[in-house]
Amino acid sequence: MQRKRCLQAYLTLLMLVCSMAAFAQTRQVTGTVTDEKTGDPLYGATIQARGTNYATVTDSTGKFQINVPGNASTLQVSSIGYASKEVPISGPVIRVQLTAFASSLDNVVVIGYGTVRKSDVTGAVNTLTTKDFQKGTVTSFDQMISGKATGVSITPNGGRPGAGSTILIRGLASLNGSNSPLQVVDGAPFDGYVNPNDIESVTILKDAASTAIYGSRASSGVILITTKSGLRGRPKINFNTLVSAGKVSNYVDVLNADEFRTLVTDHYDETYTALLGSASTDWQKEIYQTALTSNTNIAVSGTAKWLPYRISAGWLDQQGVLKTDLMQRGTASLKLTPSFFKKLLKVELNVNASTTKNRNANQSAISNAVIFDPTQSVNGDYGFGDYFQWLNADGTPNTLASLNPVALLMQQNDISRYNRAFGNLKLDLKLPFLPDLHLIANGGVDRSKTTGRTILDSLARNAYSATDDYTYRGSNHQYESDATNAFLEYTLNYTRELPNIRSNINAMATYGYYDYKSEWLNFATYDAYGALWPNTTPTYANGLDQHTLISYVGRLIYTYDDKYTLTASFRRDGSSRFAPANRWGTFPGVAVGWNIKKENFLSDVAALSDLKLRLSYGLTGNQDGISSYSYIPSYYLSNTTAMYQFGSTYYQMYTPSSYDAGLKWESTRSSNIGLDFGFFKNRLSGSIDLYRKYTFDMLSSVNLAAGTNFTNILTTNVGNMSSTGFELNLNAAIIRQKDIDWSVNFNTSHNESIIEKLQSTSASDKGVANTSAGVTGATGNYIEYNAVGNTPNSFLVYKQVYDAATGKPIEGVYADLTGDGAVTSGNDQYFYHAPYPKWLFGFSTNFRYKSITFNTVLRSNVGNYVYNNVAANLGTYALVALNGQLGNASRDIYNTGFAYRQLLSDYYIQNASFLKMDNISLTYDFGRVLRDHINLTLSANVQNVFTVTKYTGLNPEVYNGVDYQFYPVPRVYTLGLNLNF
Amino acid sequence: MKYNAILYNICILLAVVLASCDKKLDRNPINTTTAEDVFSTAEGTKQALAKVYGAFALTSSTATDASDIAGIDAGTSDFLRLFWMTQEAPTDEALCIWTSDPGVMDMDNITWTSSNVLLNGLYNRSIYQITVANSFLRETSSSTAVAEDTLAVYRAEARFLRAYQYWVLLDLFGNPPFLDENSTIGKEAPKQISRADLFDYVESELLAIQDQLLDAQTNEYGRADKAAAWALLARLYLNAAVYTGTEHYGDAITYATKVINSGYSLHTTYSHLFMADNNENNPETILSINYDGNYTQNYGGTTFIVNGAVNSSMSPSSFGIPGGGWGGLVARKPLPLLFGDDYTTSDDDRAMFYGTDYEITDESSFSNGIKVIKFTNKNSDGTTPTDASTFVSTDFPIFRLAEQYLIYAEATLRGGSGGSTSQALTYVNLLRSRANTTSLSTVSLNDILDERGRELYWECFRRSDLVRYGLFTTSGYLWPWKGGASTGTAVQSYFNLFPIPASDISANTNLTQNSGY
Repeated sequence: MQRKRCLQAYLTLLMLVCSMAAFAQTRQVTGTVTDEKTGDPLYGATIQARGTNYATVTDSTGKFQINVPGNASTLQVSSIGYASKEVPISGPVIRVQLTAFASSLDNVVVIGYGTVRKSDVTGAVNTLTTKDFQKGTVTSFDQMISGKATGVSITPNGGRPGAGSTILIRGLASLNGSNSPLQVVDGAPFDGYVNPNDIESVTILKDAASTAIYGSRASSGVILITTKSGLRGRPKINFNTLVSAGKVSNYVDVLNADEFRTLVTDHYDETYTALLGSASTDWQKEIYQTALTSNTNIAVSGTAKWLPYRISAGWLDQQGVLKTDLMQRGTASLKLTPSFFKKLLKVELNVNASTTKNRNANQSAISNAVIFDPTQSVNGDYGFGDYFQWLNADGTPNTLASLNPVALLMQQNDISRYNRAFGNLKLDLKLPFLPDLHLIANGGVDRSKTTGRTILDSLARNAYSATDDYTYRGSNHQYESDATNAFLEYTLNYTRELPNIRSNINAMATYGYYDYKSEWLNFATYDAYGALWPNTTPTYANGLDQHTLISYVGRLIYTYDDKYTLTASFRRDGSSRFAPANRWGTFPGVAVGWNIKKENFLSDVAALSDLKLRLSYGLTGNQDGISSYSYIPSYYLSNTTAMYQFGSTYYQMYTPSSYDAGLKWESTRSSNIGLDFGFFKNRLSGSIDLYRKYTFDMLSSVNLAAGTNFTNILTTNVGNMSSTGFELNLNAAIIRQKDIDWSVNFNTSHNESIIEKLQSTSASDKGVANTSAGVTGATGNYIEYNAVGNTPNSFLVYKQVYDAATGKPIEGVYADLTGDGAVTSGNDQYFYHAPYPKWLFGFSTNFRYKSITFNTVLRSNVGNYVYNNVAANLGTYALVALNGQLGNASRDIYNTGFAYRQLLSDYYIQNASFLKMDNISLTYDFGRVLRDHINLTLSANVQNVFTVTKYTGLNPEVYNGVDYQFYPVPRVYTLGLNLNF
Repeated sequence: MKYNAILYNICILLAVVLASCDKKLDRNPINTTTAEDVFSTAEGTKQALAKVYGAFALTSSTATDASDIAGIDAGTSDFLRLFWMTQEAPTDEALCIWTSDPGVMDMDNITWTSSNVLLNGLYNRSIYQITVANSFLRETSSSTAVAEDTLAVYRAEARFLRAYQYWVLLDLFGNPPFLDENSTIGKEAPKQISRADLFDYVESELLAIQDQLLDAQTNEYGRADKAAAWALLARLYLNAAVYTGTEHYGDAITYATKVINSGYSLHTTYSHLFMADNNENNPETILSINYDGNYTQNYGGTTFIVNGAVNSSMSPSSFGIPGGGWGGLVARKPLPLLFGDDYTTSDDDRAMFYGTDYEITDESSFSNGIKVIKFTNKNSDGTTPTDASTFVSTDFPIFRLAEQYLIYAEATLRGGSGGSTSQALTYVNLLRSRANTTSLSTVSLNDILDERGRELYWECFRRSDLVRYGLFTTSGYLWPWKGGASTGTAVQSYFNLFPIPASDISANTNLTQNSGY
């Protein structure tokens, strides 16, 4: 059946190509095209006789010469960055003035597989351009748009260089599938690294009608990144460089050496007081450093003869605040946008390449620094290099003890190299006889490779065989992986103005092929002297994971009278992750827009400059987040450490894998209603959106009826989840004068996600644990559960009982919620809040006085809760001295007085709502300097300026809601220089 | 025309790509194979049989931090670790002091509910092994890759292991779901089987396979033989009154006698039964779960028992675990007291303890309680296995001759036909003399319970024994922290049986919860 469809597409195409256009008599027209404001001639503007294939472009003086058919009456004139214009052919010489867009993106909005006029947008779409981006030491696009995009929550995955962020658009759409939005760079669906300096705009598609065009990949929204293109004219060079210093602004609150000595002396006998040292070490200060960063970028852009180009290079050298962490990254990008055959063939080539060298610090130093005994000194002779380590009474290392955090850092040398290049080539052909029809071929490849080696010193305490004779010491482990992703899309796009019936048609059909492949090698581990560590030889030398998608996409955008817009889209996706019977999913979307301001009854309301209503409905699918082969029954051989002995032989075991032959698409239905408005010539503008998402056939990990598979919990299509939300975005240009300019953006959103069904609808069912958010302090505890009637990953805890007189929590005493006279696990645990914010707020303002510009970004999350695992783990008296070692306590011990860990008490679930100043910056524009050759700008900037929160841990912004071993996000001070010439 | 040539080429390319579109959606994993391939060779079939066994020795086929089952910490998801936690931790023999770990405190105090993580883990582990056995039986039903008689033995062993796990479910959970080789993967939820029906099933399976299994002591080490089936039958019949209300003491005597007459003998040195090289020169063990510090690694099994019992101040090296010693398992006071007021003065070789702190004043304290050093990772000659660090090589006996002596004796004293009181006394005294302690002149049922305590402690018998003696929940016998009270208190009688885990009650609507929960 699919084959047949392929054939049809081909035949249709062939017919279009093979038909020929008729020729007719011609006459010559000449003229110039200039910028309306400046009068500058425009180079490369397209001139075309309307309704014909007769076209030309202007030369460097803005002049053109064109032959047009005798019956042609109108010229269409267009140029990138300018509003297109139609001029009557009133004589043999024609002068055309074009009006520049304030920004080329103000009036054209990038949507999936193309662009539309802003007035034709029918979905919930957020576009951010250079002027909106956060500034300072910004090393990835997510940092640029944090706090700027309504309904988008961007939570840093800690402060490690290159750590990235967890991006959620309109909350969760899936429990086990991926909740990461699809990233598309210049039309290529690759999540590769793009240098922020190369980014011109970031567009976020939020509602299903916008994203349905991406079908199976878009349930969590789509982020479209558009890179900067070559400019017209002579080469323009942009050079910018910045240096910054990052400092840890806040430490985990543990006892200092004197307080700790007092605690141990008060609570323990000679066995443990004898272990106290005489030093006074702040271990957290020992492991952190001032992180210096330099980031330099240069870009050249212009047009060489017929070839518009932009080429850029960047070098980033970024230390982590954790000692020994270092990232060095070189990036290069190339963008070519030439046209051939009188603009009938437009070519776009994008290449982004990066090479990264990382030295990766051992992050377990973070938790060990919190827990390590502050009375011990850093150094000393304990048999493991010049570092203090805990030993047993017999002089052997205490294997249960925590490890010297400084040694963990200094004795590890983990260097990795990561190279990635991705790019795409897009050919956009107009058919000479039918210029309204574009045939677009777009293909790309994304290659990356990681190689690295982790070396632990021969004296490292965390790498020795704890055998009687320390047979193996140190370790040397190699790793290597690479990934190749590729896609190919063919698109037919037909756009047609039909002035007679006041209509505009934009129709599109696409075939797409997408392949994602990753491969890796498995290596044995050797010790520092080259001896093979026992049992580390891998069973399989290499691994492979590959999945493929094939898509058929169609879309029609119909606009009537510039007032009413209908968008209808359709996508059919096939995924290799499902059995043939369940492979294909169909994802339609429909939306309407009503430009109310253009109605006659509003034409007199001068204060109202814009009013548009948008309604949309669509279906999207998801197959990310599940393994590539989970529908296939298979057997695999066990590892050499998992063999079974028969007689005197050990056998590797052939093991059946669990599988779900019936796995199919997870689908999300969503609807959106939105209103765009503008007042006072759009000095005040904004939008309001209300949405509802409903996910069904949800990929959820659920308990299976025992015995029905080779496991008891499996990810399968069970369950429903709904999300409802509200978004408001306001922009105000408060002052707009020559010397003073002040603008403000405010955005807020509310989202509430509820699991409506899992395998059981019973409200008493406590659901299934989120095993990716484990609890430190005891083996096998989980605190986040997915259960019906609750927000995903809600905390399942006991209700703490407090002493009425002192207000302190009473150890081990919890409310008997069932009232059966006993507090029992499960039955008396209840769901108490979730890690996701209910409200997001973003506020940014830009104030310019003459050449000085000041801007700031504030961000606030409200209603997000965090499990303070650090306090829960370390806030106990009995565990300070244990197993022949001492370990520091959280200062919270004074509040609770707990002897033992009360890990599942709701006491540790804390309100982590916060207000954060993300960014504050001051820029001075020196204007043209050096004989007018160079434009110079200097800037000073502080990131992560302050945080206001009631949360008592290190940072209220914890992406999975469990705060433990969190890599601090530093406060960063940046100085920047920007030159344009 | 140049332009048209480009167009033409693109169309050709388009057609080629489109024509091959669908096939690309068939992606298959590497490093895996199909059932068909596995069972087409003798080697593959035996490696699949290894998994039927390995399911109760390992948490997974990949790594120690991975598990065949979910919803529980991987290291904890091992069969023996969970079986030990349910059979020993709630009794007078042991206490687990990792009370912050989920489910542990409720196990110590007999206050568990149907959401207990450890119970959920054990239930699913047992059913997992049953599922793997079922699939082995299904895939080998018409196999020709292995000689017919060899295959018959393999299949009988798979049925034995299935029967063993059904016995575990019968003893602990009573009324589990029932699946056999006719239950296919991914299909409808299984029906529940009643405790009495399950008893009949286990009995019938063991009787059916006894002739297909190899003769006692003729199979490879680590694989079940006829004696294993008889030993399980004897155990099943001894507890029949608990399971069905009908006594089968005569049958218990019959099958215990069959085992006793199969050529096994008591190991001359009791302590060597629980050492790293107990797979060698061991005439007593009938079937064991096999572990190896290098090749069969797991954070459960004997690794759990040895490391759990030893703490860092006891010099872990002297127990063959220089990289281990977690110190979380202790004895409750009644256990060492079985050997007199001061175990250090006992002449009984089986009094293998450490420490002087009998009283447990705080269930979470790492310093309270007598340590049990019966299991060790040392070899019988005092050496430590090569590269030993944390993982233990000691095999765990699930059936050994001593238990069969005690079954004979108890069934006889309970009035079973075919046994004699004098033979019962002889058997008990054989165990005592092997331990170099004084012989008894008479033996009562209570003596048997105490002797079982001395002989079989920490070997996962105690809860079943106390249930059979009617002492597990009642006030007839109180031990420290029974019911959560430091001096012990009676608990409701429904605690004699564990609940069906809540997760399966909600996933499988065919199931009805055991009464009381």
